[in-house]
Amino acid sequence: MSEIISSTRQEFVDPNSPLLEIIDLDVAFKSAQGRDVPAVRKANLVVYPGQTVAIVGESGSGKSTTAHAIIDLLPGTGRVTGGQILFEGRDLTKLPAKEFVGIRGDAIGLVPQDPMSNLNPVWKIGYQVAEALKANGRAKGAEAKRQAAQLLTEAGLGDAERRLKQYPHEFSGGMRQRTLIAIGLAARPKLLIADEPTSALDVTVQRQILDHLETLTTELGTAVLLITHDLGLAAERAEHLVVMYRGQVVESGPAREILRDPQHPYTRRLVASAPSLASRRADTAAARAEVVERAEQVADAAAQEGGTLAAEAASGPAAAAVTDDVLTIENLTKVYKIRGAGPRAAEFKAVDDVSFTVRRGTTTAVVGESGSGKSTLAQMVLRLQTPTAGRVLFDGVDVNGFDRKAQFAFRRRVQPIFQNPYGSLDPTYSIYRTIEEPLRLHRVGDKRSREATVREMLDRVSLPSSVMRRYPNELSGGQRQRVAIARALALRPEVVVCDEAVSALDVLVQAQILALLSELQAELGLTYLFITHDLAVVRQIADRVCVMQSGTLVEHADTETVFEHPQQEYTQALLNAIPGAGLVLSGDR
Amino acid sequence: MAWYVGRRVLQMIPVFFGATLLVYALVFLLPGDPIAALGGNRPLAPGVAAQLRHQYHLDESFFQQYLTYLKGILTLDFGTSYSGRPVTEVMAQAFPVTIRLALLALLFEGVFGIGAGLIAGLRRGGVFDATLLVASLVVIAVPIFVIGFVVQIVFGVKLGWINPTVGPEASWGQLVVPALVLGSISFAYVLRLTRDSVTENLSADWVRTATAKGLSRRRVVSTHVLRNSLIPVVTFLGADLGALMAGAIVTEGIFNIPGVGHALYQAIIRGEGPTVVSIVTVLVVIYILTSLFVDLLYAVLDPRIRYV
Repeated sequence: MSEIISSTRQEFVDPNSPLLEIIDLDVAFKSAQGRDVPAVRKANLVVYPGQTVAIVGESGSGKSTTAHAIIDLLPGTGRVTGGQILFEGRDLTKLPAKEFVGIRGDAIGLVPQDPMSNLNPVWKIGYQVAEALKANGRAKGAEAKRQAAQLLTEAGLGDAERRLKQYPHEFSGGMRQRTLIAIGLAARPKLLIADEPTSALDVTVQRQILDHLETLTTELGTAVLLITHDLGLAAERAEHLVVMYRGQVVESGPAREILRDPQHPYTRRLVASAPSLASRRADTAAARAEVVERAEQVADAAAQEGGTLAAEAASGPAAAAVTDDVLTIENLTKVYKIRGAGPRAAEFKAVDDVSFTVRRGTTTAVVGESGSGKSTLAQMVLRLQTPTAGRVLFDGVDVNGFDRKAQFAFRRRVQPIFQNPYGSLDPTYSIYRTIEEPLRLHRVGDKRSREATVREMLDRVSLPSSVMRRYPNELSGGQRQRVAIARALALRPEVVVCDEAVSALDVLVQAQILALLSELQAELGLTYLFITHDLAVVRQIADRVCVMQSGTLVEHADTETVFEHPQQEYTQALLNAIPGAGLVLSGDR
Repeated sequence: MAWYVGRRVLQMIPVFFGATLLVYALVFLLPGDPIAALGGNRPLAPGVAAQLRHQYHLDESFFQQYLTYLKGILTLDFGTSYSGRPVTEVMAQAFPVTIRLALLALLFEGVFGIGAGLIAGLRRGGVFDATLLVASLVVIAVPIFVIGFVVQIVFGVKLGWINPTVGPEASWGQLVVPALVLGSISFAYVLRLTRDSVTENLSADWVRTATAKGLSRRRVVSTHVLRNSLIPVVTFLGADLGALMAGAIVTEGIFNIPGVGHALYQAIIRGEGPTVVSIVTVLVVIYILTSLFVDLLYAVLDPRIRYV
């Protein structure tokens, strides 16, 4: 590693003159009508050599567009319409396309956002890393291969020799992101643009990779322009913050100062709702307790009433009396068969002997990294998958013993909200039809009363009733997730299974949706099973937490207990990985 | 991998029996008596006819005939046609001609289809792209026999650049123009498929990453766009080879090429069961083998595909 580092160009760098200076940058995209639609307006920012600067903002704020404008990689019809981008004094906006090839990789590196789609699936890792060395004249032939192995080692990938011969699909997300970091730093650029480098990864992996990136760029003296939507993460990693909102830079300054004393109203909202920060506030717990109290009352009253209904639906002696525990999961196990190289299939235990109960009117969060089996668990609770062993009891009755009629009744009482609001709504259904469909399916009311219900549901999720005639592609991600919630609640279910229901949303939208879920819980007495990988969110909504690791339940306790006194090392690791966990806030306890 | 290939080969067995039985039954049900037809206008003597019937097992039941035929095939004896020519000889003459024709057509589709598709994809919305799209639409819309006759009359008869018909030897050179006609429709499909695939891959994230690495445009296109774009195209080309061989009947008819289509047509007209079944069986086997080959090639192009 030291060998590669020593090969960094030893040019004279004046630490006091800016490496990158963006002055009044305007970027616009051409609309279908041929008009310019501005995406970035009069943006200014400065990066000094070796400094880490973070651009923070929600999706559509123009942060990624600014970053891509620097290296002339604007997608589609995007182009710079005004201002200057000075890199070491040269204006990059005036550089001919041919000369830009020399800047990319060599002087400015890029670590892109999504590790899953940024490596070419048909080329070996080694080829793709060596390519970055060759393109910038750093090494050739066998030497390039040797250096590629070193770069991977440097980026924290062990057994580099073997890794070089593998393909991207054989890598996990974290390994791919390490590879992309190796590629970005291959030619020892002076500036590295890291565009949401870890937002697609698990929190624990996220932390490792960011730590590693930080060490590496400090050693190499590389300046970093970090693009992120996570204020906590930005404040933790960068000395200087630039906050963007609707294409404009609304605030910039030293990270701690902005956190302590945000000036712009948008920044204030951002600081207030960042989950990583909000989760540590004392008032979160108090608000939560109130919600649960109200929810339990409503739920108990409803259960007394609905108990007879449930007994009718689940005919037979098994239809027990209404209990406090609406869901009981007993020794639940799911084994998948994986086709291997031979005629016999191998077995994979996705969920291994999991047991817990969910109290009516409360929220139980199931947390864990990807691959821990939490989604499989949710699907078994929803009866979308059949368990290999064990039982799921709903109101004391095994859901897998249901006949067709009982299952239909069960579907009405237990509703899901899925992660991807882009994929879980049928694009050919209008919003009205989307929300009305479950009502029609379950023959609830007549046409007029169904329309009234749809209006009421839209109102509950704070959407104007004018969206009824629109289609999913005309709504934003947050709006779509509200529609998904409205659809789930239309049937007045008792239990809602949220599978990463807020993970794909921007921070502010996420905060709104979480508040909405809490409110609805109190009002309607809902019980939530909340599947998530994000512990920061858990504290705001959950009463009990189940921590899963490779299919098994490793910890199960009250949210307070899990956060204050985690018993397992794994839980501690998850907690430490919440970005911004170590930051001190004003107004904190 | 070996397990996968083995399974695929095993799958060929029921397909083989199914195809032969089906074709055999169809020929058996064909109206008309092939032996009576041998005599032309004059009826054969009843004794001779009976002897011929016995010789060709035509006096046995359908299943007996089929089993006798299968026994022959398994020992690579495809029998003789009613005119006394061994079926193997008929096929040995016809298949090389059609294989030459199909390979030429495939080469034309592959090289020019992919080349033109790549350029159109890179210059999407340009004049070249627009022209090719319209031209390919015309080719796809016009039936192949129209293209064939037009080419024959214009270039063969009016202009005299080529021989309007192909002689019995059917050399590579003579087959070039018929191959262009045979491959024209698939060429249009390959062009469109490549163009769309290139356009899609150009906006892929890894292409942006490759550009950000500092690669020149030329290298980005050749290593990160072209190879990925070829995956669907190769699948199409492989499946097309079988279709080209079977679909050559029309083209072979127009240009009078003594290939498989020609032989098959003659055999159907004369009601020669064994010949028809044999040719179809060989076509089926070729089709199965090429599709297996394509599936394996697919894995070479796209390492994500693993056959287990």
